[in-house]
Amino acid sequence: MATRKILLANDHIPGIQTYEVYRRQGGYRSVEKALKNMSPDDVVEEVKRSGLRGRGGAGFPTGMKWSFLAKPEGVPRYLLCNADESEPGTFKDRYLMERIPHLLVEGMICASYALGCRASYIYIRGEYKWIVKILERAIEEAYANGWLGENILGSGYSLDLYVAPGAGAYICGEETALIESLEGKRGNPRIKPPFPALKGLWDCPTVVNNVESICAVAPVINDGAEAYAAVGVGKSTGTKLISACGNINNPGVYEIELGLPVEEFIYSDEYCGGIKNGKQLKAVVPGGSSVPILPAQLILKTANGENRLLTYESLADGGFQSGSMLGSGGFIVYDEDQCIVRNTWNFSRFYHHESCGQCSPCREGTGWMEKVLHRLEHGHGRMQDVDLLVDIASKIEGNTICPLGDAAAWPVASAIRHFRDEFEWHVREPQLSQQRNYGLAGQTLATV
Amino acid sequence: MNNNPHPSIEFSLEMMAEVERIKGQFPEGKQKSALLRVLHLAQEEAGGWLNIPVMNQVAKMLGIQPIEVYEVATFYTMYNLEPVGKYVLEVCHTGPCAIEGAERIIGYLEQKLGIGVGHTTPDGMFSLKTVECMGACGYAPMMQVGEFYHEKLSEEKIDRFIEDCKAGKVNVGSWKIDKLAIN
Ligand SMILES: Cc1cc2nc3c(=O)[nH]c(=O)nc-3n(C[C@H](O)[C@H](O)[C@H](O)COP(=O)(O)O)c2cc1C
Ligand code: SF4
Ligand code: FES
Repeated sequence: MATRKILLANDHIPGIQTYEVYRRQGGYRSVEKALKNMSPDDVVEEVKRSGLRGRGGAGFPTGMKWSFLAKPEGVPRYLLCNADESEPGTFKDRYLMERIPHLLVEGMICASYALGCRASYIYIRGEYKWIVKILERAIEEAYANGWLGENILGSGYSLDLYVAPGAGAYICGEETALIESLEGKRGNPRIKPPFPALKGLWDCPTVVNNVESICAVAPVINDGAEAYAAVGVGKSTGTKLISACGNINNPGVYEIELGLPVEEFIYSDEYCGGIKNGKQLKAVVPGGSSVPILPAQLILKTANGENRLLTYESLADGGFQSGSMLGSGGFIVYDEDQCIVRNTWNFSRFYHHESCGQCSPCREGTGWMEKVLHRLEHGHGRMQDVDLLVDIASKIEGNTICPLGDAAAWPVASAIRHFRDEFEWHVREPQLSQQRNYGLAGQTLATV
Repeated sequence: MNNNPHPSIEFSLEMMAEVERIKGQFPEGKQKSALLRVLHLAQEEAGGWLNIPVMNQVAKMLGIQPIEVYEVATFYTMYNLEPVGKYVLEVCHTGPCAIEGAERIIGYLEQKLGIGVGHTTPDGMFSLKTVECMGACGYAPMMQVGEFYHEKLSEEKIDRFIEDCKAGKVNVGSWKIDKLAIN
């Protein structure tokens, strides 16, 4: 069954990067519809009814988030697009912005109109330097054709849209760190409350949304909430971009209908095309490095033996015991030769490097996890190190200002939960684990 | 931070125009918001790294205290606080790239350039850095040089790239918007 494409319906059309081609394909219709026929509240309602959920990781309903925005008289409000995309395994927002930059501009106009913003910003990671230029060119074209600026389409609504690059810091993807960074400061997350909906950028009410969430607003307005909600399963409506990487035949960005079975996604030639070099599937991190890793049998089927689907609910089925999360859609596949201990050490080094250092459980805990994992991986571990790691992870989780602490703890806790034998093997067979440097490949099945 | 005594520099008119454009994107009194992008521009004009006199100039340009600039320059990984080579090779070594041989690529570069990670060749041509996930995990292994990503790296691709650098054929791009690199 060919997937219905909503965001990437036109991404293959030559020249779709340019305004002329994009417009000819029906681009900016949603702005016409919203500004001429709908009130801002109508737009919010439409997005609410579509069931669209945040595509940045947490999956919070977008329309509901918008309805929480405070609207005090005489105070500006801001929409910030989160294009920081730094979660390991995630490269889908980049694809959208590189291929169809006008879709993001179109979505930003509709969303800003719904929220009553006079100026909006796209905060993009600084490493995506060339995309800054792609976006700024698209924005320039949108101004030139009357979709931005004063009195858009004679509706009385005016909007300015800007691109603001970061400078290398994963933490700036966290919404309050993003706001701090956009204010020209270090990316230290703020203590919440107050939430950005009340006090965000320059202490004004602010909404932060992921690139993909904002892009989805255009088709929701164009085709209506019902059409969007008709795609997907239950509370996971619409489509999701999944960026697939690791030991698969066809790494890349795929738009899937929510509800696609994980097995089909991994093995169908339409998507990942199976495991590279004819190897066996060992494990998957389905939603970016922060979500729990699952061994092959638990990513394909839930603990109850049901097919695992690409939806928010199905991937989370079983909680932390036997489930994971859809997260950002960064789908990382590991074959039988990959060492889980090494991968866990690598990820913990990442979180230690990216911790902003404000809270001691995160700053110190990520450092200790990295050190202990380093010695395990390099053949100097002790048996009690495995439980020590579980202990450190549990002391970080829930005890920090922002969720980076949890994001650092979960990969470690889940790797040990599902692959404890592999960690212990590194202690028992330090030499062998050094020589082969990949856990128990082909020897045992990971235990649940 | 490298508090090298070499004097402040003269920024180009082109850059100053760009700074004005960026300042204009923020409301009155919020010009500090321009800081990250202005620092990118300043670093580019200052030869790829920021020293204290240059940071002080940026502070003046935006009407903020020097300490506010140092705070930011020391937080973000894209700002270099020590001199770097003409070509800064930034290789991703996070999980998905590691699966695809990032460590092999880093080893190959170290051997080829004769320097370790974090160092610059004596002729000032190349610096080698490791970086965390760059959003190119499906096209691993990868490195960024200046504005551009070099993906699906192999030893042969690296050989060719280094040759091209030496021959002056590699475009590292620019933060200035009039040098559009697309289309
Ligand atoms: C450490 C950390 C990093 C994050 N990085 C990103 C990111 O790169 N992109 C993103 O959209 N959301 C990221 N988020 C989630 C944002 O905080 C926020 O929830 C999201 O942008 C909201 O948009 P959405 O509701 O449209 O998903 C991150 C969160 C944390 C805690
Ligand atoms: S949890 Fe970590 S990243 Fe988040 S605020 Fe605390 S120290 Fe900073
Ligand atoms: S892990 Fe290297 S680009 Fe993502």
